[in-house]
Amino acid sequence: MITEEIKKRMIAIIGPENFDDSKVGRLCYSYDATPDLQALPDAVVSPRNTEEVSELVKICNENKIPIVPRGTGTNLCGGTCPTEGGIVFLFKHMNQILELDLDNLTMTVQPGVITLDVIKKAEANGLFYPPDPGSMKSSTIGGNISENSGGLRGLKYGVTRDYVMGLEIVMANGDIIRTGGKLAKDVAGYDLTRLYVGAEGTLGIITEAILKLVPIPETKKTILALYEDLEAAARTVSKIIANKIIPATLEFLDQPTIAAVEDYVKIGLPTEAKAVLLIEQDGSPEQVEKDMAKIADICRSEQAVSVQMAKTVEEAEALTTARRTALSAIARIKPTTILEDATVPRSEIAKMVKAINEIAEKYNLPICTFGHSGDGNLHPTVPTDARNKEEMERVEQAFEEIFIKAIELGGTITGEHGVGVVKAPYLELKLGKAGIAAMMAIKNGLDPNNIMNPGKVFAKDSRKRVVVGQ
Amino acid sequence: MTTVQEQQTIQNVFQDRMDQDELLNCMRCGFCLPSCPTYITSGYKESHSPRGRIALMKAVVDGLIEPDEDFEQSLNQCLGCRACEPVCPSGVNYGHLLEEARDIINQNKKHSLPVRTVRKAVFEGLFPHQNRMRTMTGLLGFYQRSGLQKVARSTGVMKLFPESLATMERVLPKVPTMKEMKNRPEFLPAVAPKTNRVAFFTGCLMDTMFLETNNATMKLLQLAGCEIVIPQNQNCCGALHGHSGEKDGSKALAKKNIKAFEDLNVDYIITNAGGCGAFLVDYDHLLKDDPEWKDRAKDFKDKIKDITQILYEVDFHKKVKLELPYQIVTYQDSCHLRNVMKTSAAPRALLQAIERIDYTEMKDADRCCGSAGIYNIVESEMSMQILDYKMEQTKATHASTVVTANPGCLLQMKLGIEREGLSEKMRAVHIVDLLMEAVQE
Repeated sequence: MITEEIKKRMIAIIGPENFDDSKVGRLCYSYDATPDLQALPDAVVSPRNTEEVSELVKICNENKIPIVPRGTGTNLCGGTCPTEGGIVFLFKHMNQILELDLDNLTMTVQPGVITLDVIKKAEANGLFYPPDPGSMKSSTIGGNISENSGGLRGLKYGVTRDYVMGLEIVMANGDIIRTGGKLAKDVAGYDLTRLYVGAEGTLGIITEAILKLVPIPETKKTILALYEDLEAAARTVSKIIANKIIPATLEFLDQPTIAAVEDYVKIGLPTEAKAVLLIEQDGSPEQVEKDMAKIADICRSEQAVSVQMAKTVEEAEALTTARRTALSAIARIKPTTILEDATVPRSEIAKMVKAINEIAEKYNLPICTFGHSGDGNLHPTVPTDARNKEEMERVEQAFEEIFIKAIELGGTITGEHGVGVVKAPYLELKLGKAGIAAMMAIKNGLDPNNIMNPGKVFAKDSRKRVVVGQ
Repeated sequence: MTTVQEQQTIQNVFQDRMDQDELLNCMRCGFCLPSCPTYITSGYKESHSPRGRIALMKAVVDGLIEPDEDFEQSLNQCLGCRACEPVCPSGVNYGHLLEEARDIINQNKKHSLPVRTVRKAVFEGLFPHQNRMRTMTGLLGFYQRSGLQKVARSTGVMKLFPESLATMERVLPKVPTMKEMKNRPEFLPAVAPKTNRVAFFTGCLMDTMFLETNNATMKLLQLAGCEIVIPQNQNCCGALHGHSGEKDGSKALAKKNIKAFEDLNVDYIITNAGGCGAFLVDYDHLLKDDPEWKDRAKDFKDKIKDITQILYEVDFHKKVKLELPYQIVTYQDSCHLRNVMKTSAAPRALLQAIERIDYTEMKDADRCCGSAGIYNIVESEMSMQILDYKMEQTKATHASTVVTANPGCLLQMKLGIEREGLSEKMRAVHIVDLLMEAVQE
């Protein structure tokens, strides 16, 4: 509960225009992109700088008020849904690119900067910021860091974690710390930077970040390979990697996904193919040429019915843009769209695709599968209707089985979307009891009052969950 | 103010009438956020974004919140530009949701007496009657020509009006006389090898205040090989009603128009106002629950085409020589022409075909100018902020000619030029008028 006195104290720090506890204001921060999940916060605050964040956090800590840091709420795990009420922190005032350091190839940013603006700023200076989550046009860098977002270029370039060199963090007690720096080497103590990337706001609030930039690749080529057989497409993926080629992008889309995407983009995607691989390679012209020729050969040897290279940059761009809309486009099929991101070692991708389809059949569910197959990260998606309780139950069971299968194959329950609320019941599948205990120890040490995004990552005992022995 | 009782009624009608599948269809991915002018201008307030507004409408249906003042404010501040629709991969029909919500609120809320009187006069007394539109415009003409305008300006009477309205008064075009407005032929032959037989939707405002633009439109159509039918019994399209929560009024107008254009045996019905065109292509949705009219509305809708689109399709710009003295020209999209009628390439192609001019695309040309029907009057503050941004982008092109494709946008851009004190250096014109100017016969 926010008492009048607490409200007054907060307004004294940030001004009345940056404190909102109206019904409409709260409702608008009661959700994120996670289906069927909504909870009202008690208030919404928009601090203007790190000091204000710190002052607000101190008040919350004193009064044990939950804090939910939120970017633009595009995450898919319920990470920013205020399930335990409390105060949503917005970063709309803290949205500046503070510095582009061309000597050290870094960019220093505030958490509210839009991901695409980081990418554009880098590119305008001949540099490259590779993490490119599907929502990059609207997501913030603060959200990306907290969720350790991936994207289409993860296979070759890694994920957000690989591009964060240093952070400024407001701790749960209001202390302000700085981790890392513009340093290629730094072993001074624990690597707190890595700990906070992907911590989903449960350990503190990120108020500034130093990002690593790399030189922009000289050239890029894109091919589209069509298949009559899902598993043949999946086998191609493993075979490309086994041939020691790491493409920049290696995306898999099955037929229902392609149909939904084409319905939106209308660029003439092959809706009749059972599966499609979207493959991109970048680098020096000679290397790209060589790799692409080899990749095309591999596709054909795995019975691709057609292998076509994008003729222009625009055509290539249209293809990757289309791919980024996949999830939202699938949402046009049915009112509710449930997606997961179970991930397996890339050698196991064909087995995983096969298992997903068998599970879909077993539970009589239509599943659209797409994803970053090159890094083993698949997005099986079920178009359904939250109002149909019986079907929702089957969806739940099917995903549970998919998670178990992924773990069996040496994989994980989530590759890039985060645990949040929705995957918390399954975390033990991956970590085991001891793993959970270790993480809990960190959480309790850094946030003893459990005010930082409570109810996320760790499942409450009352929740339904699957327990398997180690 | 809405009373508690009114809020309760509104909530009940929301549950009854709002399309729940459409509300659920929004999966809250946030792809729409960067496209929304009010989200950006408000400093990234979710309540001023399409995703936020849909969540609010759904929350009223679900009984999570009451339709209070803040809720109404959030919907009122929406421009209705529908820029969120083309960027929505889930295909949510936001415009339909917004119109339904506005209609429910308006029909179940008791306006204050002055507001009621004005609404009644405008929506029932004026716009549905083309003869009264002419009279009204005639009065404006009298005001402009009689010297009254000079008096009003010199006495400073206009200072009593809100700033945007006072400036608006200055930028209104010189209107035609009553005689000019009344003499409208019913048929015009093609003057080039015949390409199509079309009907022309004259529009209420276009056929009075912007009569010259309508004349130019027909001239261009003739030059493009179109023979033109101009049915006399056509009406205002009803967009103003539809956007203001007067759905019944717009349905009545829609039916009259469908009837007027039904048996003309034409290939297309041509409009030259993006705002009207977008409302006309939505007639089938407007009348979807009316079995007698549903199919007729669909036939009507299928024929609607913007003037720029048909000129482009018949290669007008390749067949007719277009030339103007050197000038930098830029184009401001009409939101409804772009986002609803999906016409954005044609006007640009036509402009680029004009010889000797320099066409320069402005940044964010697809972002609303803040006109949005009567939005610039009722939500003046937000509208002017949006316009300021637009003028910044316009100035950056160094254009001396700003082209638009809708009367509302045209007035707003004129207003922007006036506010910036640029009327000596920059002009705003309807694309049709510029093309007419460029025709070398």
